[in-house]
Amino acid sequence: MRPSTRLALLAGWLGYALIPWYLPEGWGLAGYPFGRAGTALALVLSGASPWLMPIGLALVVATLLSGRAETAGTGRALVWIGLLGLVAFFAQGFAVTLPEQGIPWLAALLGGAGQSQPGMGFGALLTLFSLLLLMCHGLAYRGVCRGDIFTTSTIGVVVLLIGLFIFFPVATILRSALIDQNGALALADFVERLFSPTIWGLGCISAGTNCGVAWNTLILAVLTGVITTLLGLACALLVLRTGMPGKRLMRAMTVLPIITPPFVIGLALILLFGRSGAVTGLMADWFGIPRSRWIYGLPGVLLAQVLAFAPIAFLVLMGVVQGIAPSLEEAAQTLGAKRWTTFRTVTWPLLRPGLANAFLLGFVESMADFGNPLVLGGNFEVLSTKIFFAVVGAAHNQGQAAVLAIVLLVFTLGAFWVQQGWLGSRSYTTVSGKGDSGLPAKLPTSATVLSAIVIVPWVLLTAVIYAVILVGGFVKTMGRDHTPTLEHYRTGFAIDFSHGLYFEGAAWPSLFTTLKVAAISAPLTALIGLLTAYLLTRQHFAGRRLLEFTTMLSFAIPGTVLGVAYILAFNVPPVEITGTGLILVLAFVFRNMPVGVRSGIAGLAQIDKSLDEASATLRARSFTTLRRVVLPLLKPALVAALVYSFVRSITSVSAVIFLVSAEYNLATAYIVGRVEAGEFGLAIAYSSVLIVVMAAGIALIQLGVGERKLGRRHVALASSAAEPSPSRT
Amino acid sequence: MPKAGPASVEFRHVSMRYGAVTAVDDVSFTIEAGQLVTLLGPSGCGKTTTLRMIAGLEIASEGQVLIGGKDVTRLSAADRDVSMVFQSYALFPHMSVLENAAYGPTVKGLSKAQAQEMALEKLALVGLKGFEKRYPSELSGGQQQRVAVARALVLEPQVLLFDEPLSNLDAKLRRRVRQEIRDLQQALNLTVAYVTHDQEEALAVSDRIIVMSNARVAQQGTPRELYEAPADAFVADFIGDANLLDVTITAVADGRAEVALGPARLSLPSRGLPAGAAKIAIRPHSLLVTRSGPENALPGTIRKSSYLGNHVDLIVDTPVGELFVISPHNEHLPTAGDAIRLAFADTGIVLVP
Repeated sequence: MRPSTRLALLAGWLGYALIPWYLPEGWGLAGYPFGRAGTALALVLSGASPWLMPIGLALVVATLLSGRAETAGTGRALVWIGLLGLVAFFAQGFAVTLPEQGIPWLAALLGGAGQSQPGMGFGALLTLFSLLLLMCHGLAYRGVCRGDIFTTSTIGVVVLLIGLFIFFPVATILRSALIDQNGALALADFVERLFSPTIWGLGCISAGTNCGVAWNTLILAVLTGVITTLLGLACALLVLRTGMPGKRLMRAMTVLPIITPPFVIGLALILLFGRSGAVTGLMADWFGIPRSRWIYGLPGVLLAQVLAFAPIAFLVLMGVVQGIAPSLEEAAQTLGAKRWTTFRTVTWPLLRPGLANAFLLGFVESMADFGNPLVLGGNFEVLSTKIFFAVVGAAHNQGQAAVLAIVLLVFTLGAFWVQQGWLGSRSYTTVSGKGDSGLPAKLPTSATVLSAIVIVPWVLLTAVIYAVILVGGFVKTMGRDHTPTLEHYRTGFAIDFSHGLYFEGAAWPSLFTTLKVAAISAPLTALIGLLTAYLLTRQHFAGRRLLEFTTMLSFAIPGTVLGVAYILAFNVPPVEITGTGLILVLAFVFRNMPVGVRSGIAGLAQIDKSLDEASATLRARSFTTLRRVVLPLLKPALVAALVYSFVRSITSVSAVIFLVSAEYNLATAYIVGRVEAGEFGLAIAYSSVLIVVMAAGIALIQLGVGERKLGRRHVALASSAAEPSPSRT
Repeated sequence: MPKAGPASVEFRHVSMRYGAVTAVDDVSFTIEAGQLVTLLGPSGCGKTTTLRMIAGLEIASEGQVLIGGKDVTRLSAADRDVSMVFQSYALFPHMSVLENAAYGPTVKGLSKAQAQEMALEKLALVGLKGFEKRYPSELSGGQQQRVAVARALVLEPQVLLFDEPLSNLDAKLRRRVRQEIRDLQQALNLTVAYVTHDQEEALAVSDRIIVMSNARVAQQGTPRELYEAPADAFVADFIGDANLLDVTITAVADGRAEVALGPARLSLPSRGLPAGAAKIAIRPHSLLVTRSGPENALPGTIRKSSYLGNHVDLIVDTPVGELFVISPHNEHLPTAGDAIRLAFADTGIVLVP
């Protein structure tokens, strides 16, 4: 065995024999090494937990092999040991859980009939990784991945993590939708819930009642998708194809959705157009327009989502418009086409796939959005809010929530599938490596005028919204009493210096938790994302396509669905972590992992593969190559992944609203709570603090990245890898 | 560091498949220790894949790869004593010239001082003394190429591989660098496998050439064997230009074949061919333009004539078809429309199966 394999084995023994197997309650070690804080070995030897014995046996057999040479035979043995150990591990974990739950027949088989055990802890975790590594090292001994231990182990770890924290929770949703309270299969209930009129009802057409949530969600998503796409297109054309003033400002706008918590726009809209909003008040005073609640419902949610997501469409379409080679349009012109004809016959058809892409993006963002419908929805319910109320509301119906989550998941996966399968093969706007010295055609005048008419109100409204966000915290009550005050900030962020430093404000705990959780999860996200990207782009192994598909798939899982999945899956042993800070970290890591993967893939695409190969022919193994060649060149992508996962962790609300607890509350969840309690002033003050904190953070880091010099020739790396990626709520 | 010395490379029935595509199909050859062998062929013929299989960057689907007599078929690149100079040079852009050259020994775990000493020695060998602090982006194409060579040489590998090393250099530099590579190989007694699609380059530097076509070895031999006795029409056409014509062998006796080429009669080595239909490869230089030459010649009319300084390229219409002729430049420049006769030189005309 290689030393690294022995190390993995040692870690396994450490986890099995020395470290408490179960998750401790309040870090108490009473009774160690038996009881709640017991080690697996002690529990097996004392006969308390016989079902843990097979895992120990696997470690014993592996130890017997530790003196053997690293031949294919040893490899095969290790693969079997690891595999059987893992099977035994998961079998006991899922079979023996809470009393009356788990899998009784399997528990009986393992000698734990009628018994129960708490959630697994650090000892179990260490043992799990040890078994996994033993199996992966065995595969490497057998020549898989050219015998590279690092590669096989990384694949194993990534697959395990994705399986445990994406597949398992989503599968749990499906399961809890299909079974009833007693654990029996309840297909009839499922079908009844799935086709219930509250989801699919068409009351809004036939009768005067509300439509089903599915229809509401679809209508909202289609409208949002269409409007954001048109706005984005108009904006992209104006910025790239005319001599419009204020281009830099427009580009800066694309950063806004990244640093704005998703519901903040909705909040600002209430302060402007709500019954007692500033604009409503002016309208009532000057023109006698009666105050109404029109903003609560479809119009308000739509407006908020358009304002929130149009910059994303702008960003996407800017890339698409830039991707059209000017020489194509010049070719059309030299063949006698006038400006408008060129636009109609060449530019527009080339834009179409990009437009469809932007539409689908807006569509999915709208579906996944939770904050705005929560704040502005009123009686207009969409799937994400309905899921929320099914879980936390008075009804507390997990089955219902699971069914709704499945419907939402099917919608987003459908859109994702269309985007990947249909559009993927249809995009003409690939930028070739060859320089194109042509000049882009100017926009026809009519199109310019039309675009300007469309975007001027949008830009103005956006400006007003952000002004409200920044000013709102400094006035008593926006819309009613505009007396300047620092009261909201004092409530939230007061610091008492009288007895040393004391963070008195109500918002401090949640802000600190948020920053802490985001700071812990960001490096993990970047690490896992980049490693996955490395595996996907640089290594060949069986099942690579499947892994790629799964990672891409996790883009399409709405935060609400992930949140519900996490509470359903991790509320009971074997993994019982609800209410802890750990579950927040995990939720952020796996929610933001696509960001890390995406920036990793973008960064790796710019590093010529022959550099890796050159390193390999100079006797470097893949870990050395990764550390000495790939990572230094990938630094900008690494920083981008860090920044965006950090920022997204701070702004995210949909997934975490299910997972926060009194002890671990997060900024966004706290703000939503303030909104629900009607404390708009504090909410808006806190939001602007978040925005300012994140903007400062991004500016700081981009400054750092911008100054990095990478062998002088590769400075171009920084700009493209650091491109902001669309945020999702 | 003990020097392993050059080692032979042997392929035994090696194939490489990517799904349904066969990039290399049942290829066998041997590269003797201390020789420079070129893998030559048109793009897509499998020569680069073959080279990457020697390096260990691709693992053969079938067959055996031996280096120095040891089976390395399943060994990864990092475990083989082989270095490679890449077409793009693949210099690490974030490392200086010295760091690039010292990468191999550093990764191997040698001390920094030792690694740098080895790197400096090889950098001096390729004539880059004084460039250690520079970054790859601050060097010209030719200098980058030398850094790549020095980096590959530092570990004194058993086998050194070149993947089209000259393709990014301009025409004049190419001639010089290829000679430098050849000198280096002979001075250091290296085993070198060299991939190129340029037959002139291959002829100039190689001890032996392996011509590949459609994933298979078409022919292997010394440059002279390939040029003078091509195994088939493909090799004849690929190594130097050739006019390929259908002919009839009228009789074979004592290893010589009587060949009828239109009105002309030729006596050529039969190369084991029986009487009947065959192909003939005639080098453009071997057709001699005469105004009123000997009896045994092809009558023809010049259709096109291009003046190229020291020689003239001609396209000539003859009874056996259109022929490409390179004529040394003499007093009377042949022009289009001239009626001429094409006589045959003693060399450069072979029968091919």
